[in-house]
Amino acid sequence: MMDRRECLKAIARHVGDGDIVLPVYSTAFDWIDIRPHPLNYLSHGAMGLASSHALGLALGRPDKKVIVLDGDGSLLMNLGTLVTIAEAAPKNLIHFVCENGTYEANGGHPIPGRGRVSFADMARAAGHTSVYEFSDLKGFEQQVGAILTEPGPAFACLKIVSSGEQQRDYSRLHGPHVRKAFRDALGAG
Amino acid sequence: MSLGEGPAAASTAAGLSGENILREIRAAGIGFVVSVPDITTSEGLLRPLAKGAGPRLIRVCKEDEGVAICAGLSYTGQRGLLLIQQTGLLDSINAIRGVAVEYSLPVCMMVGLLEKEVGVMPRQSKRYGVRIVEPILDAMGISCHNVEQESDVAKIGPAIDAAYADSKPTVILIGQRPS
Repeated sequence: MMDRRECLKAIARHVGDGDIVLPVYSTAFDWIDIRPHPLNYLSHGAMGLASSHALGLALGRPDKKVIVLDGDGSLLMNLGTLVTIAEAAPKNLIHFVCENGTYEANGGHPIPGRGRVSFADMARAAGHTSVYEFSDLKGFEQQVGAILTEPGPAFACLKIVSSGEQQRDYSRLHGPHVRKAFRDALGAG
Repeated sequence: MSLGEGPAAASTAAGLSGENILREIRAAGIGFVVSVPDITTSEGLLRPLAKGAGPRLIRVCKEDEGVAICAGLSYTGQRGLLLIQQTGLLDSINAIRGVAVEYSLPVCMMVGLLEKEVGVMPRQSKRYGVRIVEPILDAMGISCHNVEQESDVAKIGPAIDAAYADSKPTVILIGQRPS
């Protein structure tokens, strides 16, 4: 099992200045500290929809790499997204899911099927052909660069430990200034 | 907030042309139609789209996915249209609330009204699942446009343009099966 922040740091080392990143909930708060950037897309409006927002961005801007940093509880809320993304097959979309087995932002309750669900197997069954699963940080650090450069869509499940309580100021994710900054940055390049 | 109470209120069984609706959609600059099949628009709209008539069709598993896909598209300068049934609209209320309304994004939805009687405005329908749609949209502050007969098709482009100009969601209700 891996530490989420270490995984995110590994991803950040390979994220380009023009790449779009959509982190959710607890991951978002870690991510915006590690990679503060106007092309972080933080306002998803309803739980589970980050990867769907990402698909819209990927379809509309095929020149941009679009990276989703999803959660396991969030993905369970929108499993159909695996099928939809596999069918639409955007080459510029990479979908990571951080699996810690809990609804970390909602009290740390376990997700249904904790320890029995295989997100990687579900992605394969949904039609994804580039599917990865990591529980060892060293192995992930060695491969993440390649995952981020191969033609998408790609899916990778990161098995992480729960981080416990966080200070969460949701205005950092949902404030109008966040969306304006993203829109301006995307429009500029 | 329904804007279709005028000529359509006197609608009879006069038909709708799917071809004309698609022409209006294309003219409005829609590049992607995101859809879960709807029986009202299945043959007249979705079938030609599936055959490649354009815009590009993106099939989704559930309607709230489509709300977010259209939201993502809206940031990119591309226009999307979510083509669904009112059952899917009702199922997606929270996504529409959070993504389209609270973030003030131009999510455009074309909604077929399952089981609506031809020539009857939605609010007057005997079907509970039909007559509640406009009051719910009113409560959410979402503009709504009734397309009941051929003369209403011309409302579609301006409704989409207004949604993008004002950065607000809009719903276009299709009241009978287009040919």
